[in-house]
Amino acid sequence: MSTTSARPTTASNRGHATAISIAGLVKTFGRVRALDGLDMTVATGEVHGFLGPNGSGKTTTIRVLLGLLRADAGRIELLGGDPWRDAVALHRRLAYVPGDVSLWPKLSGGEIIDVFGRLRGDLDPVRRDELLERFELDPTKKARTYSKGNRQKVGLVAALASSAELLILDEPTSGLDPLMETVFQDCIREVKAQGRTVLLSSHILAEVEALCDRVDIIRNGRTVESGTLSEMRHLTRTSIDVHTERPVAGLERLSGVHDVRLENTRARFDVDTDSLDGAVRHLTSFGIRTLTSQPPTLEELFLRHYGDVLAEERRLADGGRPADGGGPADARGPAAGSGDGGGA
Amino acid sequence: MIELTGTGTLTRFILRRDRLRILVWIGSIFLLEYMSAASTKGIYHTQADLDKAAAAVHGNAAAIALNGPDQALDTMGGQIVFQIGTFGLVLVALMAIFMIGRETRLEEETGRAEFIRAMAVGRHASAAAALIVVSGMSAAVGALETLSLLSLDVPAEGSVLFGVSSFVLGLVFAGVALVAAQLTENTRVALGGAGAVVGAAYVLRAAGDIGDGNLTWLSPIGWAQKTRPFAGDRWWPLIISAVAAAALIAAGAVLSTRRDVDAGFVRPRPGRRVAAPSLGRPLGLAVRLQRAALIWWSIAMFLTGAAYGWIANDVEDFVGDNEAMQEVMNRLGGASLVDSYLSMVMFMVALVAAGFAVQSTLRLRGEESALHAEPVLATPVSRGRWIVSHLTIALAGSVIVLAAGGLGCGLVYGITIGDLGQVPRMIGVALAYAPALWLLAGIAMLLFGAVPRGAAIAWGAFAACFVIGLLGEIFEFPGWVLDASPFQHIPQLPGASLTIVPLAVLTAASAALAGAGLLAFHRRDAGY
Repeated sequence: MSTTSARPTTASNRGHATAISIAGLVKTFGRVRALDGLDMTVATGEVHGFLGPNGSGKTTTIRVLLGLLRADAGRIELLGGDPWRDAVALHRRLAYVPGDVSLWPKLSGGEIIDVFGRLRGDLDPVRRDELLERFELDPTKKARTYSKGNRQKVGLVAALASSAELLILDEPTSGLDPLMETVFQDCIREVKAQGRTVLLSSHILAEVEALCDRVDIIRNGRTVESGTLSEMRHLTRTSIDVHTERPVAGLERLSGVHDVRLENTRARFDVDTDSLDGAVRHLTSFGIRTLTSQPPTLEELFLRHYGDVLAEERRLADGGRPADGGGPADARGPAAGSGDGGGA
Repeated sequence: MIELTGTGTLTRFILRRDRLRILVWIGSIFLLEYMSAASTKGIYHTQADLDKAAAAVHGNAAAIALNGPDQALDTMGGQIVFQIGTFGLVLVALMAIFMIGRETRLEEETGRAEFIRAMAVGRHASAAAALIVVSGMSAAVGALETLSLLSLDVPAEGSVLFGVSSFVLGLVFAGVALVAAQLTENTRVALGGAGAVVGAAYVLRAAGDIGDGNLTWLSPIGWAQKTRPFAGDRWWPLIISAVAAAALIAAGAVLSTRRDVDAGFVRPRPGRRVAAPSLGRPLGLAVRLQRAALIWWSIAMFLTGAAYGWIANDVEDFVGDNEAMQEVMNRLGGASLVDSYLSMVMFMVALVAAGFAVQSTLRLRGEESALHAEPVLATPVSRGRWIVSHLTIALAGSVIVLAAGGLGCGLVYGITIGDLGQVPRMIGVALAYAPALWLLAGIAMLLFGAVPRGAAIAWGAFAACFVIGLLGEIFEFPGWVLDASPFQHIPQLPGASLTIVPLAVLTAASAALAGAGLLAFHRRDAGY
């Protein structure tokens, strides 16, 4: 039912290839620069991952997109409109789940879902009941008695029961159990199949890997990485674990090969995706018996960008020894940074 | 003892976290009592004045019901206790229940208690810390009362006894609140239940004081009054209060071990599966969110009006030929003494009702800082429509709350004199104050729009109106200070004659303030 009602609105938006386009967005709170020249483009019909650690500016960006916060600088276009000026008209076409779902304690979950559905004007009662069942949510409980996960379910059901062409979800699953996480992923795939757009802010990397076509990684209010997952993999290293007939030699001299560990006929190393071909050619001359390769995960992408933060934390945990002790992680940060520039 | 581990730390934590709240409670009770006591001393200069005042109250059921028992009213000490005693005891009781509710049940409801209880903290530590703080607050109020009385040159024993009675009453109601906090998981329901006990205690002692005094013994407020400060000075009734306080606290402690953290004994009712049709619009939602507050304010104002209306017909006896009192009444303007009294009553009702106007308007800020506004504003509801929905409740609700006060006063006064024409008359008098309430709502709206973090300053405006209204005339504030309060510009019906201009000006000013607030809100960041 919702599929049919969603189609006309989606079709009307076909004119815009991009659902969200942000360039050079700046937002300051007093002296704090929460967003510092953020760029992001979300294409219509895609599920777009929005990654970053706590406090990196994800929620601030979303609040700017909702017209709740006024941008200090930058160009923002949402569904072809200005999120500040055209807030009401744009809000008819989007549904939002806040990261911190705060509900009126005296109202029941069912009442709150209906309130949002009716305020938006596109409540589909059949779809609502179906979602309540799938998420196993009791709508008669007063909101004060809901756990964090159940409050998030209220927000999710309210958003997913709508036929909005854009869903903005701010860390929507941080309180859900793995079963509900699966239900959520199924729902998002259905939304995508209907040609609707999803902006999914998250720090659950497995979820983003499973759902998203493209991702933006932000840090300190700035976009540090952007593209499809395969594009990003291109910029990262593959881990290789290989057993050969004869002990491998000369691996360290190859460009793009890092962290080589040798034990007789076993070699383990990381290799830049660009240099994978050369490394494998080199290995064949030693007679490959088994080879396992680990594709780069978002986890690694993430760690690479926040690696220096982690190194700093580790340093502090070690009792404040100078950073040069934390060699590898520290050395990798700048090296990866320059490689990033070369690759792009 | 292990169940009390951490009590000291939690006590210091409450003192640190709520230091301002604690000082405001103690300070305002002290100031109100002291001002009232000092003005009592100022009104009655000679023994003859006191004798007349005592004679006026003797056998006057209404005055006794409102103010307290007829005990040594021909002495300055007795007269002061008559003026401030019951009133002060009710305030101490309210202080105790609000503080206990806040430090125990509210902490559980918000989930903070769970966090604390997961640490090396004993099962009873939170409640014990709250009791220590409330005991300290009650003791501070009692000590300030004693010092105030001593400074007014009344006998020392009665002064000390009065202060100690207040202190022990605080303990009793701390116990009542502690038990109430165990029964339900909703803080407001717990506070409502404990508040109902305060109300029942007040009414029981009123009934007892009018009659043979036996019913008074069923009331904790009555036990405090049975100590008869300045009228025989009996200490032994304090034993009853102390035993009751100990029993209630013990009961609260036992009950708290028989339930889960966060749970109450009364299971919450399930809510509706589907929302009522009215909830689909911002105004319907605002009505639903503010409905309970509006109903309770209306009931409270109705009862206040009714209580004052009850004694309206006796006001001539009450004031008697006390020239000072007559002067105060006459200054309020009006032909007959009853009309002057009624206009004073409605002035008071309107001042109190202004609390609703401020509270209701500031609900906008409450919704915003609780993150409830954010998802609403993310729907196609414009900022203006959201504001107007809550502002409508504040403005229309002000009218309803005022009308309830007028209705209570007119109905009860009308019944006592057999003239129900008083009902529309008193409602009309009350409604004349609507523009003053709207002005306070307008101030709150402007603050919300322009300085959201300082929106609570609106309560300061409310308090200023209160101080100007109650004390401005007595202490002869300069004219510009008096003029600052919108309430001073409302014609004091039914004594004075109705003039439209000030009402129209106040209404226009309210609209301008609210409009400016709306514009400011449109320009600022929202939702946090």
